Amino acid sequence: MGSYLVRRFLLMALTLFGMSILIFVMLRLVPGDIADILVDAAGIADPKEKAKIAKELGLDRPIIEQYGKWIGGLTRGDLGFAYVSERPAIEEIAPRIPISAKLTLMALFFSVILGVPFGVISAVRQNTTLDYSLRVISLSGLSLPSFWLGLLVLMASVHWFGTIPIYTNEPRGFLQEVGLLAIPAAVVGFRSSALIMRLTRSSMLEVMRQDYIRTARSKGASNTSVNYDHALRNALLPVVTIIGIEAAFLVGGLIVTETVFNIPGVARFLVEAIRWRDYPIVQNLVMLIAFVVVTVNFLVDMAYMFLDPRIKYAD
Amino acid sequence: MRSRVAFAAGTLAAFMLVAAPAFAQKQGGTLKISHRDNPPSASIHEEATISVVQPFMAVFNNLVVFDPSEKINSPDKIVPDLAESWSYSPDQTKLTFKLRSGVKWHDGKPFSAKDVKCTWDALIGKADEKSDLIRKNPRKVWYSNLKDVTVASDTEVTFVLGRPQPSFLSMLAAGYSPVYACHANGRDMRSKPIGTGPFKVVDFKRNESIKLVRNPDYWKKGRPYLDAIDWKIVPNRSTRMLGFVAGEFDMTFDSDVTFPMLSDVKAQKADAVCEARPTNVNANILINRDAAPFDKPELRRALVLSIDQKTFNDILFQGHALMGAAMLPPPAGVWGMPKEMLESLPGFGTDIEKNRAEGRKIMEKLGYSKDKPLKIKVATRNIAIYRDPAVILIDQLKSIYIDAELDPIDTTVWYNKIQRKDYSVGMNLTGLGVDDPDTNFYENFHSASDRNYTAYKNPEVDALIEKQSAELDRDKRKKIVWEIEKKLAEDGARPVINHNVANTCWTPQMKGLVLQQNSIYNGWRFEDVWLDR
Repeated sequence: MGSYLVRRFLLMALTLFGMSILIFVMLRLVPGDIADILVDAAGIADPKEKAKIAKELGLDRPIIEQYGKWIGGLTRGDLGFAYVSERPAIEEIAPRIPISAKLTLMALFFSVILGVPFGVISAVRQNTTLDYSLRVISLSGLSLPSFWLGLLVLMASVHWFGTIPIYTNEPRGFLQEVGLLAIPAAVVGFRSSALIMRLTRSSMLEVMRQDYIRTARSKGASNTSVNYDHALRNALLPVVTIIGIEAAFLVGGLIVTETVFNIPGVARFLVEAIRWRDYPIVQNLVMLIAFVVVTVNFLVDMAYMFLDPRIKYAD
Repeated sequence: MRSRVAFAAGTLAAFMLVAAPAFAQKQGGTLKISHRDNPPSASIHEEATISVVQPFMAVFNNLVVFDPSEKINSPDKIVPDLAESWSYSPDQTKLTFKLRSGVKWHDGKPFSAKDVKCTWDALIGKADEKSDLIRKNPRKVWYSNLKDVTVASDTEVTFVLGRPQPSFLSMLAAGYSPVYACHANGRDMRSKPIGTGPFKVVDFKRNESIKLVRNPDYWKKGRPYLDAIDWKIVPNRSTRMLGFVAGEFDMTFDSDVTFPMLSDVKAQKADAVCEARPTNVNANILINRDAAPFDKPELRRALVLSIDQKTFNDILFQGHALMGAAMLPPPAGVWGMPKEMLESLPGFGTDIEKNRAEGRKIMEKLGYSKDKPLKIKVATRNIAIYRDPAVILIDQLKSIYIDAELDPIDTTVWYNKIQRKDYSVGMNLTGLGVDDPDTNFYENFHSASDRNYTAYKNPEVDALIEKQSAELDRDKRKKIVWEIEKKLAEDGARPVINHNVANTCWTPQMKGLVLQQNSIYNGWRFEDVWLDR
């Protein structure tokens, strides 16, 4: 196990290194840089002013040097200076991370808390009205874009309650923050919950046809014991995998949800930074997301061991 | 005795009546406004967008300003700001301002004539090498006639002009002409600027908010009324509108409410005060006259003849936009030509079919027909307000055998592409900081301007631009301005589709805002705005 973990961590480091090169190169392949954009935003295209800004920001230096400077800074915890705000990138990124992290966790919580139980119920009550209803609801979850759903929720809220649940002021306490994030989290988590529900259902159905389930029933085990102790635990393996993938996917979903609900999180900030070619912000945020994805994948792999004792990671 | 009492009562009543408006304003409150996008910076001199001017004009003062209580910005309606008075030398080439004393910057340092010199030295490229107050200047051309700024004392500064230029004072009165602090640096001015204005910047969080608070040391006693202005950056327009309807915001971003949206807003918030006004932003066509096929003047003329401005107006503005040539038409526009004169220009007549028939004849002479159309691309910024008119233009071009295709360009490289002349026909929007012929003609049509995107060169027009710029008689100047507009229309230099009109809405509790009718970039000081709560 020990050497497996070492190998795994090395692989994670290698993946992140590969990601750093990829994001660095890809960003520079996109037409225009911050100097172009700053000058262009002012409606001018003066090459002298552009060159002055590019020099000021170090964009005139060789690419290798720019990459080395970034990676060197990263290893020292220095994320560089944001081009647009001209402030240390860490000051721009750090306050936004907790907001998006909380939103992602809440969305994930919604997805699991709704997806797994309803998936089990749907499987256990296969081909009943309840099963059909849950399947229709889950299908709508997969079909409705969260952007559109978010707008509908806002419109309904304004129409019926005369208020709008958007993030215009910093919440004053934990409960207010949960209240503010709950609706967008539910909106963004709806799609994932639908996916998890359908996967849990099909996985449960497959497991419930296994011999050992029949054996448990013939030994007189109760329905609850069969469904939850024997079937669900074994059906959860693919569900855990999809939860891991969805955790990464939710970050993508956050972009539109943060925009619609006006949440000052990382995802919306990233899109804006890409628009401005704010390299230090984009590079560091993408690396952060890559780190989260790699870590979640690792945690999912570790979770397999706890769910299925047959799985062992050999040295 | 009775008559004395009656006189006293009458006097008191009259006093109350006169003084009532002064007593009516309430002090305090936070004004909440939605902002449409992330301003590129807070430095007004470096930017050319309402996204910067609207929130940050309240931080600064100008030397002079367009009277904020008047709806129309006009050279006759310029009032003192940091300058108490001004005078021209007999030859009209020296403009001297007497400045207020006792004015302080938001950091407590005193304002003086040196700050004025610093600001305009930076704008005309005369600043000290080490100074980084302004790193880019989109309005260089405004000050091409400014030769020097001299300081006689802490309260007297003189602008030395190369020749008389009556528009110069109007440019100084624009929202785009604040005075910067000499001791500030460019980075601070872009992120947390200091000014002498009624509000101080507390925080400018990118992509999130701009918070301004009342400047307790503001030189204009009793102003501003508001304690604070809280701008929330809400990039999604639907969210902004719903936020306004739900009472989350007291005001929409300027001109944010389109005509189709207006009925929605009014239906959901019946007490909303909404005002439609011309923005002095016009939609116009860029034609690359230096490359084939539009290097032929006949082809440019045919293109102009294909345009049906009414259709653009009906589709995009439900008929509310204004028809005009290069200058904003009256009554909102001070300089635009009268309607009857306008209708005599190519592309402005009411008989569209006749125009198009003439256009087709020209095209046929050039060898094009229905079966052999001219194939081109219509380039435009990939933003809805640019794309929509471009799509209508493509449809109209079919009427003269031009088969066009939309070429949406990433907004970040739009001006680069135009500057490189890497286009054939483009759809563009042009906003004017001041309704003034100098700002418009020098910026957009003079051969020496770097914002003359089509590189339109007509020595005759250049000479007329210079002539009108120096003309002191307003009526004579107007006639020259109309002559220029006529020549521009005949040359197909950036044919104007229409002058936009848009709505801004606010709650009935918000009082004291006067929207300027001929430029969206002026009148955002907010010092007279108050909340009746």
